[in-house]
Amino acid sequence: MASPHPGTQLLQTAASLRGEFGAELNDRLMESYLEESARIASGAVSRTGQRARLSLDRTVDRILTSRTLGFPLMLLLLWGVFWLTIAGANVPSSMLASLTMDWGAPRLHALADLLQAPAWLSGFLIDGVYLAMAWVLSVMLPPMAIFFPLFTLLEDLGYLPRVAFNLDRLFQRAGAHGKQALTMMMGYGCNAAGVVSTRIIDSPRERLIAILTNNFSICNGRWPTLILMGTIFIGAMAPAGLSSVIASGSVVATCLLGIAFTLAVSAVLSRTWLRGEASTFSLELPPYRPPRVLQTLYTSVIDRTLIVLGRAMVMAAPAGAVIWLIGNIHIGGASIAAHLVSALGPLGWLMGLNGVILLAYIVAIPANEIIVPSILMLTLTATSLEPSLAGMASPGVMVEFEDATVHQVLTAGGWTMLTAVNLMLFALLHNPCSTTILTIWKETKSLRWTAAATLIPLALGFAVCTVTAAVARALGWV
Amino acid sequence: MSPETQTAPAVPSESKCATCPVHNASELRRLGVNMDRWDFVVALMGNPNTGKSTVFNALTGLRQHVGNWVGKTVSRAEGGFRLAETNYKLVDLPGTYSLVSSSHHEEVARDFLLFGQPDVTVVVVDATRLERNLILVLQVLEITGRVVVALNLMDEARRHGLEVDARDLTRQLGVPVVPMSARRGEGIRELLQAIDEVAKGRFVPRPRRLDHQDPRLEAALRRILPEIEAAFPHLPNARWVALRLLDGDHSIIRAIEEGSLGDIDRMAAKALPDLRARELTEEN
Repeated sequence: MASPHPGTQLLQTAASLRGEFGAELNDRLMESYLEESARIASGAVSRTGQRARLSLDRTVDRILTSRTLGFPLMLLLLWGVFWLTIAGANVPSSMLASLTMDWGAPRLHALADLLQAPAWLSGFLIDGVYLAMAWVLSVMLPPMAIFFPLFTLLEDLGYLPRVAFNLDRLFQRAGAHGKQALTMMMGYGCNAAGVVSTRIIDSPRERLIAILTNNFSICNGRWPTLILMGTIFIGAMAPAGLSSVIASGSVVATCLLGIAFTLAVSAVLSRTWLRGEASTFSLELPPYRPPRVLQTLYTSVIDRTLIVLGRAMVMAAPAGAVIWLIGNIHIGGASIAAHLVSALGPLGWLMGLNGVILLAYIVAIPANEIIVPSILMLTLTATSLEPSLAGMASPGVMVEFEDATVHQVLTAGGWTMLTAVNLMLFALLHNPCSTTILTIWKETKSLRWTAAATLIPLALGFAVCTVTAAVARALGWV
Repeated sequence: MSPETQTAPAVPSESKCATCPVHNASELRRLGVNMDRWDFVVALMGNPNTGKSTVFNALTGLRQHVGNWVGKTVSRAEGGFRLAETNYKLVDLPGTYSLVSSSHHEEVARDFLLFGQPDVTVVVVDATRLERNLILVLQVLEITGRVVVALNLMDEARRHGLEVDARDLTRQLGVPVVPMSARRGEGIRELLQAIDEVAKGRFVPRPRRLDHQDPRLEAALRRILPEIEAAFPHLPNARWVALRLLDGDHSIIRAIEEGSLGDIDRMAAKALPDLRARELTEEN
């Protein structure tokens, strides 16, 4: 042994001195920092005007986070956002649809004829790839262009931490970390982003709970499915003046159900596999800041709307191609799609859905965004429709889709209110998209937790849909 | 330490224009993440939700998402800018309220300050919540004096009827305090100038060190300080290390056991003559 470690002696001295102070030293140090900073601040800060703003902030906070009004106001705001989205997106959606489909598709076909392209090629490219992309564009762009800026404005204002504050008590009771409310909010944009954001939770146990339940936040890709089902099936039942209010109500209800599942699954996990202490944290309510409206519009259109839309289009192109192919390649007298749909049919019936929906969810594993277009294409492809409707479509081709027509097509495909409700439930409760699964794997580095995060929502979706279907049938609603 | 050491003394002899702060700041080139070499490392710290990311974006031209909520910056982000012939690397650290407790965020921030040895540390503070924000500033000043305080959200303070005297703060803290409103782009120029001055040693900080006014604590410090100075003679923040040791700070104890504090000491020994030389040329 040469010279001892230079710090050894020092550490011994420190340890013996520490005995004299005990735990009080930390408090004492903190106190002197506080006193000193108060002294400095009082010298440098003076009040010129009245304190109107600060007290206004406080009053607003008292209302927004109050025990009685907090939740109703939250609901009302959420409702308002969806109502604006649904009511506002209708007109531009149908305009885009008639531009790209009614006007664009026939002209593309004419061009293909002019170039003497073979029918299989023009069918594959125009009826498969192009129409799928056009559909995604017209169905998704308008609602997203309304929803994302509104959501971003709420975020900039400082409302989201208030939501987290309101939900904190519930999460605490579920044995989860209060910050999970924030990661859940992130999940409403994108589950993959939500999973990454769980890094703000320090305890590994609580972080895993947050990861496993993030899929119950409805992501960008799933809003369009909910909004469409809410609009054409549930909203359509209400009198015309109320339909968009009812439609947005059904979307809000699904969203709340997701929060309920988040809490319930968290509670179960924290009492079984992931047992342990709940840790405390302090959540700061940031001041309300007047949002920079133009900047917000710009970033939410660029960062969110266009990125999500781009992803959807990129995914829609191959999905459209796949659907066109399985709809047009025939084996033993029926198309591959028809075979698959009838094979999945019994399971679909059990779940109150149908074979088409299940097949669409398999095709759409890479991205939830393309569920609705896939369902429509497959419905036209693989089910026998009335002549009047079938005349509008050849196998695997999506044509002009006004909301009313969509309703007509789906009803012809055997859809009922139960199918629509269960599709909304299944949109909430199914496996995360492949990007999210990959992100979970990257964050947990565990096959077991990745599998759990994938299978828990899927199993719940199966159970919930099956029970709903059984109850609805037993009560004779369908 | 860097090629900068040779160029800095030459600056004052150039034309007046080149040393004029306005000229320098207007030369700002945002480098985004495209930088492979740098002369100075600048750390960006602050309480959560004070606008660190906005400042970061304004300096680097990057577009990190800025959200009005706490805990948004999960891991540290890096970017660069070039100003007055000098490349700066900017490291955005997660927001923390203090440096003395044990949350993951605080450890990331503190370890970078201690072991990353940034040339300048910018502490972004919320002018509307000065009292609480200064706690972090005081703690940072105990570790390093090479600090610039960015007094952000001045626009909000004005709206709230608060007047914050930046000059008084500069005097009290002993480091430059720059009033600004990052999201309106106000004060960015002045901040850059202050960073440049501290980095190049033109501003000699006299950081306010806390007197804990506790005879028992002072007695303990008197016993332990000589031992720290004997083991690590070049450490710039022996008093802070002493306090952390008395407080039983695990990561500091680990740093001594593993020798990383010894590494800092050796680095400081090499850097010191360098710094002195620079300060001498400034005085001439």
